[in-house]
Amino acid sequence: MLNDITLGQYFPGNSPLHKMDPRIKILLTVLFVVSLFLVSDPLFLIAPVIFIGILYLIARIPVRFLLKSLKPLIPILIFTTVLNLFFLPGDVTLFSFWVIQISDKGLLNAILVLIRIVCLIAGSSLLTYTTSPIALTDGIERLLSPLGKLKFPVHDLAMMMSIALRFIPTLIEETEKIMSAQKARGADMETGSLVQRAKALVPILIPLLVSAFRRAEELALAMECRCYRGGEGRTRMKQLKLHLRDLWGSLITVILCGGMIALGFLL
Amino acid sequence: MHESILCVILYISMACPGERILALTEYIHAVNLSFSYQNEPEAPQVLKDVSLSVEKGSFVAVLGHNGSGKSTLAKHMNVILLPSGGSLFVNGMDTSLEEHLWEIRQQVGMVFQNPDNQLVATVVEEDVAFAPENMGVPPEEIRRRVEEALRTVGMWDFRDHAPHRLSGGQKQRIAIAGVLAMHPDCIVLDEPTAMLDPRGRREVLETIHRLNRESGMTVILITHYMDEAAQADRVVVMDSGTVIADGTPKEVFSQVELIRSAGLDVPQTTDLVHWLRTEKGLDLPADCLTVEEAADAVAKLFS
Repeated sequence: MLNDITLGQYFPGNSPLHKMDPRIKILLTVLFVVSLFLVSDPLFLIAPVIFIGILYLIARIPVRFLLKSLKPLIPILIFTTVLNLFFLPGDVTLFSFWVIQISDKGLLNAILVLIRIVCLIAGSSLLTYTTSPIALTDGIERLLSPLGKLKFPVHDLAMMMSIALRFIPTLIEETEKIMSAQKARGADMETGSLVQRAKALVPILIPLLVSAFRRAEELALAMECRCYRGGEGRTRMKQLKLHLRDLWGSLITVILCGGMIALGFLL
Repeated sequence: MHESILCVILYISMACPGERILALTEYIHAVNLSFSYQNEPEAPQVLKDVSLSVEKGSFVAVLGHNGSGKSTLAKHMNVILLPSGGSLFVNGMDTSLEEHLWEIRQQVGMVFQNPDNQLVATVVEEDVAFAPENMGVPPEEIRRRVEEALRTVGMWDFRDHAPHRLSGGQKQRIAIAGVLAMHPDCIVLDEPTAMLDPRGRREVLETIHRLNRESGMTVILITHYMDEAAQADRVVVMDSGTVIADGTPKEVFSQVELIRSAGLDVPQTTDLVHWLRTEKGLDLPADCLTVEEAADAVAKLFS
C-alpha cells in the first residue's frame, strides 16, 4: 500500500510550465495568491479562474489531480461557506427560515471565499505538480540566499529538506518491513479501540526511530568522506538560467495580477 | 614525534636511491598504529601496533571477522578516526595534522557497507555531483566528472533515476561513482558487498577490479568473504587488532591453521587440498586457490 508513492505531488511532464525556472514559479505563485485576497468582488475572480484553467490545460494535468488535492479541504470549504452564507448580516434578506437568514452580502461573500480558496489551492498545487521537489528546494534555497548574509542558515535548511526527501521512500520501505516483522510476531494493528491501535504503533515507531538515528549517523559520515563542510565554498552542478518562457510567464501573470489588484483598489 | 619519523623516512629515502623509489610508491603507510575508543589505559585496544604499507596502484584485501579492527583501520585512512598511538601517512601526509584533512579525504575515497545510507540526493547524477560540489569545482567541470564517473561504473543510462528505485548493486556502483567524481588516487571500500545479493556483489567487484586494472586506482577492500580476498594482489589478515598474515593470496591461504585461528575460513579448494595433504598424506602444493589449479595438481600427481 505504501509501495508506489510519488515524492510530493510532482506530475512529470514536458510542458513550458514544467520547464520554467522554479524561482520564477515560486514568486509568481506568491503574487497570484496575494492578489486573490486583494480582490473583493466575485466578478473579478472570473479572470483568475479562467487563467488557472488555461494553465492546467497547458501543463496537461488531469482534473482529477486537482480534485484530489481539494478533497482534504472540503470540510473547511463547507464550514466557511456555511458560516458566511448563514451568519453574515446584510441589507437585503434573500431567504429566511427559523434562525437562518441568508442576506445578499452573505451570499456574495460565501461565493467570494469559495472561489478564493479553490483558486488558492489550484494555484499552489500547480506549482508542486509542475516542479519536482528537488527543483523546488533548489528554487527556495536560491530565493532565500540573500538571507544568508544575515547569518540565516539557508544552505543547511535546503540540505535538510533534500535529505528528508531522499529518505522518505527509504523509511517507508523500512516501516513496511518492520510492520511485517511485528505482524509475524503476532502484533495486531487493525483491530481494537483507537487507544489499543495507537499502542500497537509503538513497536513500529521505536525500531523505526532507532534505525533513523543509525542511518543519520552513517549518512553524516559518508557526507564528510565526500568533503562536505557546509555551504561555504560549495558550487552547484545545475545552474538555474532564465529563459524567454520565464519572461513571458512573468509578464502575463504580473499583468493579470496587477490588473486584479488595481481594480480591487479602484472599486 | 611524527616529524621525527617523517624525517627518518625522508633521510632513508634520500640516502639510498633504491629505497627512495620504494618510499615514493608507498601510498598508505601505517607506523605502529594503535587505537582505542576511550582515552583510558584499560580501554580495549581496537588496533595494536599495526604497521602496514600499501603501494600505489595495488589491490589489497583486508580480511578479518567481526571486531578484528579491519573497519577501524579503514576509518583511519580517511581521517574519520585519529590514531591513539603511532601514525598513519597517506601519500606522505600525516593524518593527525588538521591541515591535511580535506586533501586526504579528497585523495582517499571511502565506500561504506549500506548503499542506502551513503546516497544524499534524490537523483543519481545529483548524488554523484555531491562531492565535487563540496570541493568547489566549477559547474561545467562537475558535469564532465559526473559523466566520466557514471560511465566508468556503467550507470550513465540511469543518471536521471531516483536511487531508491535501483537495485543494491546499482546503488553501490552509484556510491563508487560518487567517490570517483572527486578524482581520488585510492578507494577504500568497507565491506561494500555485505548487503548485496550475488549478482550485486559480482557487479561491484567487477567494477573495482576494472578500476584497479584500467585506471591504476589503489584499492583497499575490507571484506570477510574469502573469495573476494582471493582475487586481490595482496591479502592482509587481521585478528583482534593486529595483522596476523600479510602476503599474496597463495601465501596467506596456504597457512590454513593460522587463518582458522583467526575465526576465518579458507576458500573451499584450499580447504580440500589441505585435507588431502594432512589427512590423506598426498603430496599436493598447499597454495591452490582455484578449482583449476587444484585439479591440475591432482592430475599431475596421478599421471
